Amino acid sequence: MKLHNATSARPVRPAGVRFENATIGYERHPAVHHIDGRIEPGALMAVVGPNGAGKSTLLKAIVGALPPYGGRIVLEGIKARDVAYLPQQAEIDRSFPIPVFDFVAMGLWKSCGLFGGFARSRTAEVSDVLAAVGLSGFERRSLDTLSGGQMQRVLFARLLLQDAPLILLDEPFTAIDSRTARDLMDLVLRWHGEGRTVVAVLHDLEMVRQSFPESILLARRVVAWGPTGEVLAPANLNDARRMPEAWDEHAPLCDDHGAEPHVHPHGNPPGAGRPAEHGHDHHHHHHHDGHDHAHGPAAAGTVPAERAVRVGARAS
Amino acid sequence: MTLTEIFIGPFADFLFMRRALAGSIALAVGAAPIGVFLLLRRMSLSGDAMAHAILPGAAFGFLVAGLDLVAMTLGGLAAGLLVALLAGLVTRTTILREDASLASFYLISLALGVLLVSLRGSSVDLMHVLFGTVLALNPDALVFIAGVATATLVMLALIWRPLVLECVDPGFLRVVSGTGGTIHTVFIVLVVLNLVAGFQALGTLLSVGIMMLPAASARFWVREVSMMALVAMGIAAVSAWLGLVLSYHLALPSGPAIILVAGAIHIASILFGAVGGLLPRLLPVAHRTG
Repeated sequence: MKLHNATSARPVRPAGVRFENATIGYERHPAVHHIDGRIEPGALMAVVGPNGAGKSTLLKAIVGALPPYGGRIVLEGIKARDVAYLPQQAEIDRSFPIPVFDFVAMGLWKSCGLFGGFARSRTAEVSDVLAAVGLSGFERRSLDTLSGGQMQRVLFARLLLQDAPLILLDEPFTAIDSRTARDLMDLVLRWHGEGRTVVAVLHDLEMVRQSFPESILLARRVVAWGPTGEVLAPANLNDARRMPEAWDEHAPLCDDHGAEPHVHPHGNPPGAGRPAEHGHDHHHHHHHDGHDHAHGPAAAGTVPAERAVRVGARAS
Repeated sequence: MTLTEIFIGPFADFLFMRRALAGSIALAVGAAPIGVFLLLRRMSLSGDAMAHAILPGAAFGFLVAGLDLVAMTLGGLAAGLLVALLAGLVTRTTILREDASLASFYLISLALGVLLVSLRGSSVDLMHVLFGTVLALNPDALVFIAGVATATLVMLALIWRPLVLECVDPGFLRVVSGTGGTIHTVFIVLVVLNLVAGFQALGTLLSVGIMMLPAASARFWVREVSMMALVAMGIAAVSAWLGLVLSYHLALPSGPAIILVAGAIHIASILFGAVGGLLPRLLPVAHRTG
C-alpha cells in the first residue's frame, strides 16, 4: 500500500478520554455500568467482550451520541468534533446512490463544512486516500456496487481524510477477508505511530494480543482494563463469558453497585482515580451534577418492572 | 389536427390552460427532487401520510373563509407542520417508530378533515379539496406555487451536502456536526410546503403523486442521486404537460390525468428502465471479463 501525504504534515494533538463513574444505556436500562478509567493520549486500545457487553455503546458515548445517565465522559484536549468514528456497517445505508468520491470527500467536512467550496487540490487528496486503501480508480463507482471489504476500505479512506487525533473503530475487521484486514490494520498501526489515539472494538482476540498494547474487557461493566496480556488472562475471560447467565438468573441489574456506586468488585482499572481537571475539557454529558441521584431512581424503577414481567411470563 | 394543434394548441388558445401548465410545471420542478429524497430515505409513504394530514387544516380554512386559497393554504400548512412535528415528537419520546406515528396521526387528521368539510360544504366542495382544480388556478395561487418551487430549489442547494449525508450515514453527520436534527426539520418543512402547493392544483390526495411517481421512475434510469433529481423533474414536467393535453382533448379531470400520465411513465420505467428494469434484465447480455 502506498503512503499518501495528505495528513502527515502536522504533529497530532494529544487526545485522551476520561470516564468518571459513567453509566451508559438505552431507555433507562444501563448497558455499561460505572466505568472509571482513562484512555491515555496516543494509546492503541482494544475493547473486547461478549455480544451485548456494551462495547459499541461505549464508543457511541465517547462520540457524544449517547449521553451517560450518570457520571461523566470527558474528552481531554479535543472537542467532540475532532473525533473520527467508524460505525458498524449496518448503520450505513449502502443502497444510497452516491459515488465513492462524494462519500469519501465527506471526511473533509471539518474544513469544508456545510457550504464550503471544494477546491481542485482537495480532489487530489480524495484520490490519495483512495489510493492509500487500495481503491484507486473507484472514484465514480456507486456506493451500492461495492463489496463489504471495499466498503470498509472506503470508510477507512474517509477516516484518513478526517485527520483526527482520536479515532474510534466499531468492529472494523468484522466480515472482512484476511488480506483486507491486514491492510487496514497497517493503517491503524500507522495512526498509532503518528501519535493518534485509537480505540477499536474487536472480536479477534489473536489480533488484539498481537497488535494492541492495551485492552478493556467489558461485560456490561469493566471486567479488566490495562495491558492486553493481563486483561486477556483466562480468569478474566471466563468472568466476562459468564455475563449473560449472570444476568438471566439474578435479576436485579444494579444491586451490587447501587449501594456503593464507587466500588469496583474486580479491582480498579489503572487511572481510575479522579485526575486533575484539564483546561480544555469538553463536557458533552447531561447529568454531571448529582449523577448518583440520577442513576438511583432509574435503577430502582427498573428492577421491579423486570420482576413483574418475569412473574407474568411464568404464570402464563 | 396537426401535432402542434394537439400539443401546443390548448395552451396557445386559453389563458387558463397556460396558467395550469405554468403551475403544474413549477410544482413538478419543486416536488420531484423532494420525492427523490423521500424515496431514498424509504419515506415514500410518509409523503402520503403528510398529504392526508394537510386536509383538516385546509378544511378548517374552508370552514372559516369558504373556498379562499389563502385561508386554506395557511390552514393546510399549519396542519401539515403540526402533524410532522407531533409525529417526530412521538417517535423520539415513545417506542413508536416514525412510520407508525405518522400513520396514526394522518388517519386522525383525515377523519377530522372530512368531518370539518361536511360540516359546511357539499360533496362538490369536498371533491375540490381532495382533488384540486388545476384549471382554475388564479394568479395568486400561481405565485404561491412558483414561490414554493423557488424556495425548495434554493434550500435544497443549500442543504444538499448534509441532507445526503443524513440519508447515507446519519451517525457520521451527528459526529462531525450537530445539524442532523435541523436538516431533517428543514426537509420536512419542504415536504409540507410542496404538498400544500400541490393541493392547490391537484388536491391533497393527488399532490403526492407528482412528488413520488417521477422520483420512483427516475430510480430506473440513473444511478446517482443528483441525476435522479434532474430526471424526476423532467418526468414530472412532461407528465404535467401531457396530462393537461389529455384532459383538454378528452374532457378528463386534469389532476387525475396528470398523475395517470406520471403513472404510465412509471410503469414504462419499471418495464424498460436501464437500471434494474424488468426487460433489460431478461435480455441476454454478455458479461465483461473483469
